[in-house]
Amino acid sequence: MSTVITGNTGDWEIVVGLEVHAQVISQAKLFSGASATYGGEPNTHVSLVDAGFPGMLPVLNAECVAQAVRTGLGLNAEINLFSRFDRKNYFYADLPTGYQISQFAHPIVGKGVVVVDLPDGSTREIGVTRLHLEQDAGKSIHDQDPTRSFIDLNRAGVALMEIVSEPDIRCPEEAGAYLRKLRQILRYIGTCDGNMEEGSMRADVNVSVRRPGEEGFRTRCEIKNVNSIRYVMQSIEVEARRQVEIWENGGEVDQETRLFDHIRLETRSLRSKEDAHDYRYFPDPDLLPLEIEQSWVDELKAALPELPEDKRARLEKEYGISRYESGVLTAEQAVADFYETVAKGADARLATNWILGDFFGALNRTGRTIEDSPVSAEGLRELLGLISDSTINGKIAKEVLEDMVETGDSASAIVERKGLRQVTDTGAIEAAINAILAANADKVEQYKSGKDKLFGFFVGQSMKAMKGKANPAMVNDVLRKLLDA
Amino acid sequence: MSLDAKTVLRTARLARIGLAPAEVEALQKDMGSIIDWVEQLNELDVTDVPPMIGTGLAKPRLREDRITDGERPDDVLSNAPDREGPYFTVPKVVE
Amino acid sequence: MSTPFDYTLASARDALRARKISARELTEAHLSAIERLDGTLNSFITTTPESALKAADAADATLAKGEGGELCGLPLGIKDLFCTNGTRTTAASNILRDFVPPYESTVTSNLLRDGAVFLGKLNLDEFAMGSGNLNSAFGPAINPWKRNGSDEKLVPGGSSGGSAAAVAAGLVLGATGTDTGGSIRQPAAYTGIAGIKPTYGRCSRFGTIAFASSLDQAGPMARNLQDCAILLRSMAGFDQRDSTSVDTPVPNYEAALNRGVKGLRVGIPKEYHADGMPAEIEALWQQGINWLREAGAEIKEVSLPHTKYGLPTYYIAALAEASSNLARYDGLRFGARVKADSLDAMYEASRAAGFGEEVKRRILLGTHVLSSGYYDAYYLRAQKVRTLIQQDFLKAYEDVDVLLTPTAPSSAFALNEKPSDPVQMYLNDVFTVPASMAGVPALSVPAGLDGQGLPLGLQLIGKFFDEETLIAAGHVLEQAASFTHRPTIHAGNPA
Ligand SMILES: [Mg+2]
Ligand SMILES: [Zn+2]
Repeated sequence: MSTVITGNTGDWEIVVGLEVHAQVISQAKLFSGASATYGGEPNTHVSLVDAGFPGMLPVLNAECVAQAVRTGLGLNAEINLFSRFDRKNYFYADLPTGYQISQFAHPIVGKGVVVVDLPDGSTREIGVTRLHLEQDAGKSIHDQDPTRSFIDLNRAGVALMEIVSEPDIRCPEEAGAYLRKLRQILRYIGTCDGNMEEGSMRADVNVSVRRPGEEGFRTRCEIKNVNSIRYVMQSIEVEARRQVEIWENGGEVDQETRLFDHIRLETRSLRSKEDAHDYRYFPDPDLLPLEIEQSWVDELKAALPELPEDKRARLEKEYGISRYESGVLTAEQAVADFYETVAKGADARLATNWILGDFFGALNRTGRTIEDSPVSAEGLRELLGLISDSTINGKIAKEVLEDMVETGDSASAIVERKGLRQVTDTGAIEAAINAILAANADKVEQYKSGKDKLFGFFVGQSMKAMKGKANPAMVNDVLRKLLDA
Repeated sequence: MSLDAKTVLRTARLARIGLAPAEVEALQKDMGSIIDWVEQLNELDVTDVPPMIGTGLAKPRLREDRITDGERPDDVLSNAPDREGPYFTVPKVVE
Repeated sequence: MSTPFDYTLASARDALRARKISARELTEAHLSAIERLDGTLNSFITTTPESALKAADAADATLAKGEGGELCGLPLGIKDLFCTNGTRTTAASNILRDFVPPYESTVTSNLLRDGAVFLGKLNLDEFAMGSGNLNSAFGPAINPWKRNGSDEKLVPGGSSGGSAAAVAAGLVLGATGTDTGGSIRQPAAYTGIAGIKPTYGRCSRFGTIAFASSLDQAGPMARNLQDCAILLRSMAGFDQRDSTSVDTPVPNYEAALNRGVKGLRVGIPKEYHADGMPAEIEALWQQGINWLREAGAEIKEVSLPHTKYGLPTYYIAALAEASSNLARYDGLRFGARVKADSLDAMYEASRAAGFGEEVKRRILLGTHVLSSGYYDAYYLRAQKVRTLIQQDFLKAYEDVDVLLTPTAPSSAFALNEKPSDPVQMYLNDVFTVPASMAGVPALSVPAGLDGQGLPLGLQLIGKFFDEETLIAAGHVLEQAASFTHRPTIHAGNPA
């Protein structure tokens, strides 16, 4: 899939690369022992290391390194056994030391690949250039005082993974699909919670345009810190159109950093050129180069959970579900786990249909997520078991599910409490049907003279008479026997 | 050789050090002569020499992922030249 | 013992344990000497008499029980580059004039652990940048030595100039210093005391205000090497909080003092015969060679071919790191702020007002050598030359155990003789910088007086973590030199 922008002078192709900053899940910060927890009272999750006090020194957090390696493995990427931390020097109010510790020349993770699913059902491979570890900055608050900005360093020093893609993305939809896939992988591995509202995943979007078939790339602009997938897609659209207009009017696109305004749907230049940055990267002399062992990487790899793609393939094979169904059922690890718990002990087809249908419906209706589902996987499996062993029929099962959601009672308890056990006594069914046929002699006549459609009417009446509890197959059999005799 | 004023000013801007005009002139000369002096390193062929990163004595060490610090806002804020409640402050930044 | 100022650190330790003198008496004597003399010497930026007396009383109580660490009750001075919990720490800079750290550096924690009594914070070149203690926002520290028949004020050397002056004048029994390119050894030589720059990684840098992270090392300064050895044992040690700290046991350095030099191979680097070096210094060097030979050492000439590149390499590497290390002084979270309308204007005004001339010059040079287009030509090249310099030493150590050189190319100069050309000023460090670049340990011991009556030092440079051999060889020089001269200004001199 690729979107072409049709300009006045012909077609243009969009070229996009994404730099995603993903906050690493860890207890403590990348180089200090302060809590990495989001939020908190201002300037509390802050050590003197984070605040850049004189004489304070960084010491690297092992778990953050492990998380980066796990993520690299999840992206099918090269893991660099040698990496190094550099200082990126610039002044800003929320950067306490005047430099960000990052991995510029030697990142911990090299080239990898992400396979994305596109809305039309096709897939594409998006290259990952690198992943490196770096520190987050603090937060500046600009709207509390007319003349001052306020600084909170709670986030300063929290570990980030910067995941840089190749300029392989060709349209907003691909960018969206890439981000969703990346987030899914990170969440599966447990290295980032992917929460864009809390800023634990943010993207810098590099956009350029070129003529279809044109070699190389034209000047790109970087849209900084876009914090939702929708905004990423919108910003690509508007920025590409802006650039097309410039080129078509004989202008030159300036390489610059821009900001996306989601209300006015436009990008704006963020920094003037005279203030061009010169980050003066050099190896941080407070830290030694990071050398890790292949055996440790292998251990981390062996302990990695099943990745979304692998899980999909396995679920399709083991439970005979479609590619579409596997996509929905593996979107979240918790959903996949729930599904498997249900499907393993039940009729897999029944489980699939029920989860995708009534169960998701119940979640939606109650505004719950899979994590705080009112019905447990075991509870749902029991319900489906009652269908399979003909204790209740499917229609009654829907009623039981609703009761389960409301009361939290188990399926069998509800069936017993409400007396919903299916009637399988042929004599009782025949008696009820005979009464229906007698009361509707005219319709019986019409049916017999060829109005086949009335069969459904008799089924409905019979089920109603038996309060829905009759075994539907038996009702069918008895009706056929009596009507077609 | 004296450094040109533009370079001195650009460097001062990067380092966020305000300079008076007289200081710029003095620095042009001083920085220029120091740079001339360090140019003697160009006499050496360093093509195959690896750069020294650290002294190679300490072994890389990693820290356990445990919360051992923080929750000391009074210490963090105790030296702030200007603060508002629990925040540091700076002149308003317009983005 | 006629006065408390005749003690060395070691003899005071023994006297305290024998209860021949109390920690309070010792502390009070030194505090009153500071009161008397430091108006002239300006070796302290901050004195802490109250907490010192409290610590002394606590030490007396401990000593009375027959307990107490190695330094229990011994009055020391702390270079004002080590952060001290609750005591102002300035780095001799206006930008930190009112900074009170809520934490203690590892080195000073170690000294406190062993019972030391801190009398205050000692003067230095601002952020340890200088060779004369002339770059202090609190005014220059003054060398207690005078030229024969002259009252000219002389520099105590730098950057640990306050430490050197205070030790030499008997205001403290010992002091901490830091050495980035010679800042312990050169002032020690200028003031007739001993000083050790340990192996990089031996003393933790945690809580010590950084100048150049890959070079900065804390070390002891005292009247003799035995005292330095006692202090170093306390200061040194592995620290989890410093990633460059080395996890290797700390030996009892004092025990190495009398090992002697029999069979020790001593290298004389031929490149250290610098042009224009005063004949007196050449002669003293030769004297040192003779002393060691007479004590049984084997003398060998060695070559450190990249010696002349040490200084320019040092200035690139150290200043690049410094430009980044000093970015945190921005008037935001601590330190002096100059009010302004915008963030950048606040940065520029605060840093313009807060830093002195030399610090600004060095930050700008460091910024320049890292900036785009210059990084490869300057910084990267310097780091490669640094490799060559380190290799010079490692190669020399295949043939010899220690190196002997002069510590500095001259004796102390007068305040008004400061060269106007910064490069000339940097040449003071020509003999000390190469060891710093390589990370190897080195020390300076007083070895004699020049024709003007000023002390001169000899430097010994050793193998990684072999401070013990340095101390043993240094002690041989000390004994041979029997340097018992006292400066004109000294606490023990009649008032
Ligand atoms: Mg980036
Ligand atoms: Zn980044």
